[in-house]
Amino acid sequence: MRATARLVARADRHGRTTLAELRGESPLLLRQVPGRDGGVTVYVVGGAAGPLAGDDLRLDVEVGPGAVLRVHTVAASIALPGHPGAVSRMLVRATVSEGATLHWLPEQLVAAAGCAHVADSQVDVAEGAILHWRDELICGRHHERPGDAEVNTWVDLDGRPLLRQCLAVGPNAPGWSGPAVLGGAPATGSLLVVDPTRLVEPPVVQQTVARLPLAGGPATLWTATAPDAHTLRALLEPDGGEVPTAPDRITNSAEGEGTEVVRVG
Amino acid sequence: MATPTMLLLLADGRFPAGAHAHSAGLEAAVAAGRVTDLVTLGEYLRGRLATAGLVAAAFAAAARRAAWSNGRRATLAQLDAELDARTASPAQRAVSRRQGRALLRAGREIWPGGSFDELPATSGGPHQPLVLGLVGAAAGLDPAQVAMVAAHATVTGSASAAVRLLGLDPYRVQALLVRLAAACDATAAQAARAAEQPPQRLPAAAAPLADIHAEAHATWEVRLFAS
Repeated sequence: MRATARLVARADRHGRTTLAELRGESPLLLRQVPGRDGGVTVYVVGGAAGPLAGDDLRLDVEVGPGAVLRVHTVAASIALPGHPGAVSRMLVRATVSEGATLHWLPEQLVAAAGCAHVADSQVDVAEGAILHWRDELICGRHHERPGDAEVNTWVDLDGRPLLRQCLAVGPNAPGWSGPAVLGGAPATGSLLVVDPTRLVEPPVVQQTVARLPLAGGPATLWTATAPDAHTLRALLEPDGGEVPTAPDRITNSAEGEGTEVVRVG
Repeated sequence: MATPTMLLLLADGRFPAGAHAHSAGLEAAVAAGRVTDLVTLGEYLRGRLATAGLVAAAFAAAARRAAWSNGRRATLAQLDAELDARTASPAQRAVSRRQGRALLRAGREIWPGGSFDELPATSGGPHQPLVLGLVGAAAGLDPAQVAMVAAHATVTGSASAAVRLLGLDPYRVQALLVRLAAACDATAAQAARAAEQPPQRLPAAAAPLADIHAEAHATWEVRLFAS
């Protein structure tokens, strides 16, 4: 199945966000719901099972200057096997203009046994824009070994590279569940926050979640592994995550710099 | 084409660039109880090869390709920014740049005519794979050989650290490395092919625990290895 969807948000002269375009086709159907703070919220409604190997899905998101858009999905997407040798693909391309805000907070991607899936995200963020971008991957349904899944995240800030990550799991990814990559955790994910109005905080790690200030701009990546989807989500909630109030943190004031000493998980 | 001895000299852990001081995340993985024996060490090394090893080898090979090209200064600067974007952990970025500085010192002394002045003047030093690419160029290595040196270092560095950290039998660790030789060659070949792509298309294989281990390790006051 091939499908494309397109979503364009613009701010009107009163600063309210409106949708200039909202176009989808099964299984990428888009529904607008009442937003908050003058922004617009859109749900991606899965119109069919899958993605199934062989599917080629593409979603383009454009957030114009000053517009505020939140995108969610109504349910987890479950990558399933299809034709032998076929790969399913989901490409999300997003452009976030100056002064615009995009919250991309979908439900999890579940890599079912035998799947062959590639999820690509390509995001262009203008200087001064705000981005919250979450990716969560669940390796297999309950007590199931996953097929091959690749989550590629590619973010440019003001035309320069900010984040490039490719996480591969499954039989074709050597060592993926071992102690160098996921350590046996079936759930993993990250939350990227680009926000020039927010103070970039120093790195901190607690158990299997880390807060990592990036090199390429006012941006922080939370990265985590977890025993299940629910625990993972709690670690990757924007503004409500468990990291900022890490109880394991000890402030070593003897150093005079407030050095953070954190126990290893 | 370099002489075989030149390749061996660069791949040798005794090359004076301080590699022996690094465990590449293994010390933190051992402390967290994730690597405990030869089996888990083997899994660790396979995961490292497929992630950090592939990225480092591809960037080293790409820097080697850039070494004698027109516009190499711009390409090396682009490689530096692209590698930063692939290294989410500040601790890992700092370690890569520290290792780059150490290798650069050795490279300048050994090959005074090398093209090291083309490296970007970044605070903290240039990333290690970029320096390795230029050192390889100075030594007459081709991109595939440079990728081989980088992939080889990925497994041998952590393996020798494992002998000290876990008190493993050195013969059995060496036997593990022998079993991993084909995977190491395959990673190097994959990296050398990938290095023909423009910098933004180079591999970006990530490992959440690598970031988590590196940041945890950086907070320790007492440690055996620098990374």
